[in-house]
Amino acid sequence: MSHVPPTPDAAAARIDVVNLTARYHGRPAVADVDLAIEPRQVTALIGPSGCGKSTLLRCMNGLHLTVPGASVTGQVLLDDADIYAKDSNPVEIRHRVGMVFQRPTPFPTMSVRDNVLAGLQLGRRLGRGAPHDEIAERALTKAGLWHEVKDRLKAPGASLSGGQQQRLCIARALAVEPEVLLMDEPCAHLDPISTLTIEDLIREIKETYTVVIVTHNMQQAARVADTTAFLTMSAVGDPGRLVEVGPTERIFSSPRRQTTEDYISGKIG
Amino acid sequence: MNPLPGSPTPWRRVRARRGGTDTVFRYAVRSAAAMVIVVLVATAVFLVQQAWPALHQYGILSYLGSDRWAPSEATATGRHPNPYGIAQFVYGTAVTSLIAMVLAVPVAVAVSLYLTEIAPGWLRRPLSGLVDLLAAIPSVVYGFWGIFALIPAVRPAGVWLSRTLGTAPVIGPLFAGPFFGVSYLVAGLVLAIMILPIITAICREVFATVPTADKESALALGATRWEMVRMAVLPRSRSGITGAAVLGLGRAVGETIAVTMVIGNNVLSITTSILGPGSTMSSVIANEFTESTEPFHLQSLMVVGAWLLVIALVVNTVGKLIVRRTGEDIA
Amino acid sequence: MAASTSASAAHRGLPRRMAVNAVMTVVLGLVTVGVVALLLWILAYVARQGLKYLGPMFLTQTPPGDPSQAGGGFANGIVGSVVIVGIATALSVPIGIAAAVHMVEYRGRLARACGFLTDVLIGLPSIVTGAFVYALWVAHFGFSGLAGAVALGLIMLPLIIRATAEVLRLVPVELREASLALGVSRARTIMAIVLPTARSGITTGVMLAVARAMGETAPLLLTALGNDLFLEANPARRMSTLSLQIFSNAITGFATAQARAWAGTLTLIVIVLVLSVGARLVGRRGIVRSAR
Repeated sequence: MSHVPPTPDAAAARIDVVNLTARYHGRPAVADVDLAIEPRQVTALIGPSGCGKSTLLRCMNGLHLTVPGASVTGQVLLDDADIYAKDSNPVEIRHRVGMVFQRPTPFPTMSVRDNVLAGLQLGRRLGRGAPHDEIAERALTKAGLWHEVKDRLKAPGASLSGGQQQRLCIARALAVEPEVLLMDEPCAHLDPISTLTIEDLIREIKETYTVVIVTHNMQQAARVADTTAFLTMSAVGDPGRLVEVGPTERIFSSPRRQTTEDYISGKIG
Repeated sequence: MNPLPGSPTPWRRVRARRGGTDTVFRYAVRSAAAMVIVVLVATAVFLVQQAWPALHQYGILSYLGSDRWAPSEATATGRHPNPYGIAQFVYGTAVTSLIAMVLAVPVAVAVSLYLTEIAPGWLRRPLSGLVDLLAAIPSVVYGFWGIFALIPAVRPAGVWLSRTLGTAPVIGPLFAGPFFGVSYLVAGLVLAIMILPIITAICREVFATVPTADKESALALGATRWEMVRMAVLPRSRSGITGAAVLGLGRAVGETIAVTMVIGNNVLSITTSILGPGSTMSSVIANEFTESTEPFHLQSLMVVGAWLLVIALVVNTVGKLIVRRTGEDIA
Repeated sequence: MAASTSASAAHRGLPRRMAVNAVMTVVLGLVTVGVVALLLWILAYVARQGLKYLGPMFLTQTPPGDPSQAGGGFANGIVGSVVIVGIATALSVPIGIAAAVHMVEYRGRLARACGFLTDVLIGLPSIVTGAFVYALWVAHFGFSGLAGAVALGLIMLPLIIRATAEVLRLVPVELREASLALGVSRARTIMAIVLPTARSGITTGVMLAVARAMGETAPLLLTALGNDLFLEANPARRMSTLSLQIFSNAITGFATAQARAWAGTLTLIVIVLVLSVGARLVGRRGIVRSAR
């Protein structure tokens, strides 16, 4: 795979997961994962529920460790620097690796505009003279939402429709200019039309960002992902493990492992 | 599978290197939480410290061994019997709280059953709100109302009780007259009204945790609504109701001003009859605190306060544990 | 048990069972009506007695030096209540909210202990808290409005902690994670996202705690002591409150003083009910509900 040098206006980062095990209260939820996430690509994590794909995703920005009782061993290298190293700052990491969640989470006390700017303002990353409105417009445009909301920027974020709320959350994540965008089943609670809109959007933003998406919807993985990683666990309660990773087309057409084929053909999960 | 010993979890490492404001914030909220513990410990320490001279002079047990409270007989020096007996206050607290429980618990259970299981939906919220308002009325108002409205209203009943039960064998002394109004009985009545909304609120929560499936399966067996309550709701709620009652008791034990106003403040000895005037542990503190001039008087009131603290802590902790365990049983 | 009775037996008993059901429904209903009637009796009695004397003079004047004289009012008590409860609120609200934040947002052993002890503190008799503040403060510095405020603050503290913790638990964890995932620090997330989302619920809790403090009397007897003669706005000196004045005037035995006490009672009840009912209205419009 050819390594594209980062363009000046965006610095998509690569992520290397090395021998990672994530635990809740000592119980591993996902174990021994080695996975390379290439920049400017969409990597999909698929697998049956409980296989730890969401946990793995949440390890990539350190959010996993904000849950009480959670711990991590192994490494997550963000452009070759371990985010769990002693000298790494978790707030800074989360700033560089953005995330969008299953359920749209607009901040209920904030307007559409303030929601978009929330990360920058609360993180105190905007100077006094910063062009707030321009930044908001740019982020909303990237999220494909600008034309729908430009006349209601002062309205509460929660007043938008579900699909719009989710795109608002994407705009909010993009506004802080992350290098990676993690998406945890971003369409799980959306109708089919909104889902297609979000998928178009994902294909667009991968031009500038590294995207990792967790999905339980294999068609979605096939539609948007360049690379697909399949995780599963041997039994309920056992930790999830990475079974197979490769170009999406190959994973879906000629999987190398039997469990992958069984999952893709609907025999398990 | 715990992380290996010696290898700190990354979580620890990450937390240790938090940004400056985050750390300051963490310590600020942590010390606020620690305040709660400090307050509780300091309350106990300071009460005992204030009571110490009197405890040293008379000994702890001499307080509970006597029911005669006569500050004027105290002298500053020399050894003499403890003039500050507090058994009558313990008796008063026990009797008034007991009366309150006996009256309030059945009513509270009935009201909360009605509000959660039987009342038509549109009535539940406004009725619950009204019952809750009983808890909002200040203690001093209950006391004042008790003197001028409740005592005249119960006087005939009190007189009747003393005439009929007062001469009965065995239980007669409990109802001996004359009935002047201010009494354990009226104090217990006022307390009953005051703890009623508390017990009702907890019972409502307890009943609400009974699974709908249980209730519906009872109804599906052809049970009437009342049978459903008896089959599905009450059996599952027994310990919850007990816990609610104990928490109500905890409140009754410590209630002060309303009781002080209607109990008569007789401190000289145990009044056996519930129709007679007496004192409780809290009422004697409120009544004499600012006028305590005799030697060891204030310190002895602090002894009463310390005992009250112990009783309230025990009762409330027990009640809380019962209610909490119920919650876990159901969940 | 209905399950063990045969169908025909159940049918034979049906009229009787329906009758029991009807009787119990009526009994429970009547008990509830009785309790509500009791509330109305108390409120109506206070209103009738209080309205006899409540007026502009009552709200703006201090009591006559001789309690047996007619006239005067509880202006000093009203001012005292506002000052003392105001200080108590200023002391207890920040600490209470911070402690609740620790309990819900950080967890751990201290948080669990704090949760349990908060419940224990709620059950602490207020007179004991008064005696504590006497020992801590009054014994060294004398009676004062400030000492009263400390006592009321200690009574409000666990109420505010519990109410706040309950609302914070209702704030969806997704909101916190969404904010953290934007690279916002935990402290800023709590201050800018979690607490604003919980604001109306916290306000409800604070209003109820203020209502409770407004009516407290016993701990103030041991701390603020009261001052029936003149208007005192300096919390460093002994102060009267509405509740203390009701108490002292109610037990004098003079009809004139009792008339003032009834007017004071009505004033107090109105304040407390407005706070209690207002608190519920604020809570009902909670943003937490819409966020869930």
